[in-house]
Parts: sequence; C-alpha cells; structure tokens
Amino acid sequence: MSRIDVRKTYKLYIGGAFPRSESGRSYVVNDAKGKLLANAAQASRKDARDAVVAARAAFGGWSGRTAYNRAQVVYRIAEVLEGRREQFEAEIRASEGVSAAKAKTAVDAAVDRLVWYAGWADKITQVVGNANPVAGPYFNLSTPEPSGVIAVVAPRDPLLGLVSVVAPLIITGNTVVVIASEDHPLTAITLGEVMATSDLPGGVVNVLTGSQAEIAPWLASHMDVNGIDLTGVEDAELATELEVAAADNLKRVRRPSPGATDDWLAEPGLDRMTQFLETKTVWHPIGV
Amino acid sequence: MTPTASPTASDTSALGVFDDVVRSESSLRRFLHGLPGVDQVGCEARAAGLATRSIKTTSKAFAIDLAIRMVDLTTLEGQDTPGKVRALASKAIRPDPADPTCPATAAVCVYPDMVATAKQTLGDSGVNVAAVATAFPSGRAAMDIKLADTRDAVEAGADEIDMVIDRGAFLSGRYLQVFEEIAQVKEACGDAHLKVIFETGELQTYDNVRRASWLAMMAGGHFIKTSTGKVQPAATLPVTLIMLEAVRDFREQTGQMVGVKPAGGIKTTKDAIKYLVMVNEICGGDWLDPDWFRFGASTLLNDLLMQRTKMTTGRYSGPDYFTLD
Repeated sequence: MSRIDVRKTYKLYIGGAFPRSESGRSYVVNDAKGKLLANAAQASRKDARDAVVAARAAFGGWSGRTAYNRAQVVYRIAEVLEGRREQFEAEIRASEGVSAAKAKTAVDAAVDRLVWYAGWADKITQVVGNANPVAGPYFNLSTPEPSGVIAVVAPRDPLLGLVSVVAPLIITGNTVVVIASEDHPLTAITLGEVMATSDLPGGVVNVLTGSQAEIAPWLASHMDVNGIDLTGVEDAELATELEVAAADNLKRVRRPSPGATDDWLAEPGLDRMTQFLETKTVWHPIGV
Repeated sequence: MTPTASPTASDTSALGVFDDVVRSESSLRRFLHGLPGVDQVGCEARAAGLATRSIKTTSKAFAIDLAIRMVDLTTLEGQDTPGKVRALASKAIRPDPADPTCPATAAVCVYPDMVATAKQTLGDSGVNVAAVATAFPSGRAAMDIKLADTRDAVEAGADEIDMVIDRGAFLSGRYLQVFEEIAQVKEACGDAHLKVIFETGELQTYDNVRRASWLAMMAGGHFIKTSTGKVQPAATLPVTLIMLEAVRDFREQTGQMVGVKPAGGIKTTKDAIKYLVMVNEICGGDWLDPDWFRFGASTLLNDLLMQRTKMTTGRYSGPDYFTLD
C-alpha cells in the first residue's frame, strides 16, 4: 500500500511562532532545475510590522541576559543544527543543486560559525570596550551595548550566509528581523525551527520570506528599527533607496561596497558584530 | 423613532415614562426580568462578525481622528501624582505635539482628589475633566460617603462623574436600591454629566448587562460604561453590543439618547475601529460623536497616534516618539 506524502507547509517565523502571511499569499519556490520545490509564504508589510513589534518586545529580555547565557543559547543552536544536518544538506542540495560534498561543507561551516560567534559573546566587550585615561580621579569606562532591533536582508547563500549575518547580531544582544533570500527561503524557515527549539526566546530572530523589494523599504523607513544590514541587496538602486529611507531616524546602515562579494567560508572579522553596537561611557570617581 | 435634534442632558426619570416601573421593588423587578433574554451565542457571533470589517484609507483616517476625539485619557493609579496628572492633561489637549492637526481627546479621567490639578492645566481648552466617584472601584461604602465623594469632585470642577453601581445589591436582586443610588448621585452631580459603571466583568451574565443598562438609563444616567478597568474581563465587544442595543431601544421608547463608554482592555487602533463599526451598525451615525460614545483608555491613545503618523508620513512609527503615560 502506498503511503500519502506528508508535505511541509513553509510559513513565517515571527515572535517564536510560525504564522502564515497576514496577506494569505504564497509564492512558488523552484529547485535548481526549475522544478517546483514548495510554496513559501509571501510576507507583506504588515508581517514586517508584526515582526518588528515582536523583536522590540524581545529586546529587553534578550539584551538583559548575561553574555555567558547568550553564548550558551547560540551554542545550543549549533548543537541542534548539527543534529538535523541531514535535513539541511538535503535542502541545500535541492535548492542550490550543489554536490553532496559541497552541501556537507556548507553545513559544517554554518555550525562552526555559530560556535565561533558564541565564543565572542563574553569577549567582545574586552576587545572593543576600554578603560580610558582621563585627567582626573575617575574611572572612565567605555562598554559596547546592542543597538536594538536590526533589520537584515539575508544574502543568497541559504544557510551559511544566513547564519553569518544573524549570529553576530544576536550574540551581542540585538534582536533581528531577517528577510530570507527570495530564491532560497526554505532553509531559513527550517533554521527557524532549529532556533525555536534552542532556548532562543521568541522574537529574538524573526524570519520573513517573500519579495525583498516589497518588504525591505518598510523596514528601512520603520521608525522603531535601529539598524539595517543590506548584505543581501543585489540591486544597487534598491540599496541606495533603502539607505536614504533609513536616514530618517538615523539608523545604522551596513551596505557592502559595490561589486564586493562575501566569501562565506572565510573566517569573519569582528565588523559584523561591531557595526551594530553603541558605545556607552561612564565616569566613576576613584577613591573611598 | 424620532431622532432628537439636539439631545441634551437626558432627564428621563422626570419624563414619567417609567413612573409605573420604578414605583416598587416588585414592579421594577418584573420589568427588568421581562426584558428579552440575550442570545449569548448569537450576540458573540454578531460581535465577532462585525469585527471582521476592513476599514482602510480615508475611512481609517476618519475613524482614527474620531477615536482620538472619543478618548477619555485615564489614569487611576494609587501612585498618581500631580505631576503625572498635569502631563496627562497636557497630552489630552495636544496628543501629538508634532502635528497641530491632531484633535484633542474628549476628557481626562482621574480620581476626585486630582480634579483640581487636571482642571488647572486644562483650563478652557474644551477638554473635560471626568472624576471617578462613589467609592470607586468597588462601590462599597455608605451612601452618604458616596454622595460626599461625588459633591467633592463636582465642587473641584469635574465636568463628568463616573460612578460605580453597587454590584452586591444588583446581584442579590435589590434593583430599587441600585436605582435610587444612581438617582441620588445624579442629583448630587448637578450640572455634571453622569456615567454609570456596571463592571460587567462582575455581572456574570449578558442578561444582567441588559438589565443594568435599562436600570441606569431609567435612573437618568447620561452614559453607561462597561468597566472600571480594575477587573478582568473589562470591556468586550459582545457586552458593548448589548449596551448599544439598549441605548438604541431606549431612544425608540423615550426619544432620549444615552451615551456608551467601553473602558479597559482596548489597547489598539484595530480594537477601537471594531467598536466604531459596531456603534455605526447597531445605533447608527448619531452615536458616532464624542458626546455619545467614549473610550476609557490610557495606552490606546499612543497606538492611535502611531497609526495616525503612519497614515500621514507613510512610514511605520515607533513608541519612542510618543510620551509614555
């Protein structure tokens, strides 16, 4: 007797839950050979708005946790991802049409990247913070603090690229609304399932799938978003437009230099973490 | 049905329509228990159905401005200070300092001891001061204390009095006692408008909400109000629907209009618009006015302002740009 297929519905990941798009829309996602892979939810501006509300609500709790605890949670994401590696390898092969060996390398690198960033949680303060010498009997201490809610346009690379842009933001205490790659959105939602089961509080990472050109402008102009990472915006005109919209509330903007392509397999520097940090400096009298 | 041209303070007890009804405890009980029962499932389905209407663009802009004009900006905390009340009053006059086209709210709602402070700031801005009186929120005090509470608030300059009914008396069936309390408080109010709070979360059944509505209207309340905001559940759509039906039927019988004020738990613009749709569908456009419909709320105003800003600027706003209450 043949068994009926149990197909997965790919939905959004907002506030720790997996809702369908408020608009009820979905779009066809094809594999590398142009054959139907699945339907993904097509997020609207209202889904983006809901995601920002969820990210803002999660910010206080997440940024208030100790760096050690954030490290443990991000390390936990790596553990759970490792346990589901076959699913990710299969999804990457189907979506990108790469060889089994290449898919394995990508998953290895994604897990390692999470572990690498997890290790930075309790060290970044020592590296970019400082005890400043001042002309008086004071301790003058500069420490980094997370910027707040960061919108991210994720790059084309479905797993490694996504992990490489999200992990550095949440490890420092930011919360994130990420627009997954339009062509390869499925791994992003599966990664959402991993995060939902990794002690990561709901709302710290929110994943939207759909049209970058439709959603990104709303996030760029949103007054309650503190920064935007345009890594995945390939259209230079759109990137300029988003940068202009982001200026209204002085968002921090990360825009890759034109023509530059990221080598996701290379070891990243600190800049993805430091880009979305604010420096707080306090004076404290020395003495009694 | 005769729509009243300029319905002023309703004084129905003097109309004589219900003189027979309120003559004795038993005749009042017979009348209230003779009101048709509420179909609970039907009522909730109707309220849920009306809540699915989609209100967009110009209608939404109209609804948001109307809702802002209907807000009774409320602070009823033990920790209220004169400074906080002054800040709230300033916000009521000009909710969005960045946009002079934003209308003022209807009133500021405070405890009686804060009335003078609120009045000082509001002056002749047109924003009323409402005071909760009669041993708010429980309503458990001797009658003379409740009346003194009311008179104090009126003397201090309150334009509107929000009284609570004695739920204990109502639930044990002493309707005439509740009726007389409302009538006496109304007398103590003088020129101030009287809102009668039922605390529907404590009335147990929809039938009781309907009975309380009629009781309060017959006793001369200018407004009937769902809740104190101190008890959960506070205002809900079905309860408000029943009260709107009551004021509609009351006007058909007497020609007098009575206002409705849901209070507590209305936090978003979406919620507020659902209520406005319901008002329009049940009572008609006559009630779409701050004189006849109010929202008792504190956090609702900020959400209305954020939505308003979104509509005027075309981008989403954030809570950082509005004052915290």
